Amino acid sequence: MANDAGEKGGNGSRSAEEATLSARLKRLGERLAQKKGPSRQAEAGSSSKSDPSALARGFRLSTELVAGVLVGAFIGWALDKWLGISPWGMIVFLLLGFAAGVVNVMRAAGVSSGPGQRPK
Amino acid sequence: MADPIHQFEIQKIATLGHIGGHEIAFTNSALFMAITVVGIWALLVGGSSARALVPGRLQSIAELSYEFVADTINSTAGKEGMKFFPLVFTLFMFILVANIIGLIPYTFTVTSHIIITAALALLVFITVLVYGFYKHGLGFFRLFVPKGIPIYILPLIVFIEVLSFLSRPISHSVRLFANMLAGHITLKVFASFVTLLGGLGIFGIFGAALPLALVVALTALELLVAFLQAYVFAILTCIYLNDAIHPGH
Repeated sequence: MANDAGEKGGNGSRSAEEATLSARLKRLGERLAQKKGPSRQAEAGSSSKSDPSALARGFRLSTELVAGVLVGAFIGWALDKWLGISPWGMIVFLLLGFAAGVVNVMRAAGVSSGPGQRPK
Repeated sequence: MADPIHQFEIQKIATLGHIGGHEIAFTNSALFMAITVVGIWALLVGGSSARALVPGRLQSIAELSYEFVADTINSTAGKEGMKFFPLVFTLFMFILVANIIGLIPYTFTVTSHIIITAALALLVFITVLVYGFYKHGLGFFRLFVPKGIPIYILPLIVFIEVLSFLSRPISHSVRLFANMLAGHITLKVFASFVTLLGGLGIFGIFGAALPLALVVALTALELLVAFLQAYVFAILTCIYLNDAIHPGH
């Protein structure tokens, strides 16, 4: 019995404790949001800030271009083999791949930050 | 001259068994992956076990790495991106620790093999695809149809966008792999100049000081590259995940 009563009292104080704890958590959340809220949200989705050094930036741009051309060449080659339309698949997709590579580079360089946005 | 490629050779340590006629072996690459994972585990568990209000050294490192990745995700993919915190944090820590362990002489650099980086990049690519289709259904295809494009060039643009999307895992993986490979080969070549010149007598020893200084400088540069490539990999992961979260942008 005594045990029961103790547990009940414990429950009461625990719920009170939880209330103060949740209040503290809420305050903490508000303060954190205040600290890093507006400035972070504003730049969400921008990729132009992503490169901290010129070396990494240069390397990133070159791989972006090469990757676009490679994917285009591979798809063109596969279509040629599959449909037997050589060399038209290679010609068309190599050019498309080159265009995709240039788009990649422009995006990586921050000239145009995503689909649907015109170059500034 | 010592073979600068030898450091990237995969050596078998033990055979675990056979699956469909293929040998499944525990290699030096697997060993260093295991070392990397154990190292991260030790760092984070050791860092978080003290739970001090004023952090010690280990706890500071653990807290810094958490804050750094959380900030990166918040600034590129927004608040919804925090869902992917475990993925990005795992990738960042794995690549960073693997790169740094690879800088220690006589170790193996896990990230200098394209199969590893390609697997990591494909993991991100497939996550983007699966999450994009799960969250937006067919609306995910809006990613390939930019707004405000005249209808007569739209098919061309869609093709280009799809190709650009497909080229992502390639540039994502090649960048990390090529950086690590090139850096380690350069280090090895300059280090072998030191021993070659050192064998030429008294003038050779003075001559060897030059490549030795270069090796020291290159090691510092490689330390920067090790961190930078892990960071670039993480931030690109965030940018790609951002596309999966908001494909309409």
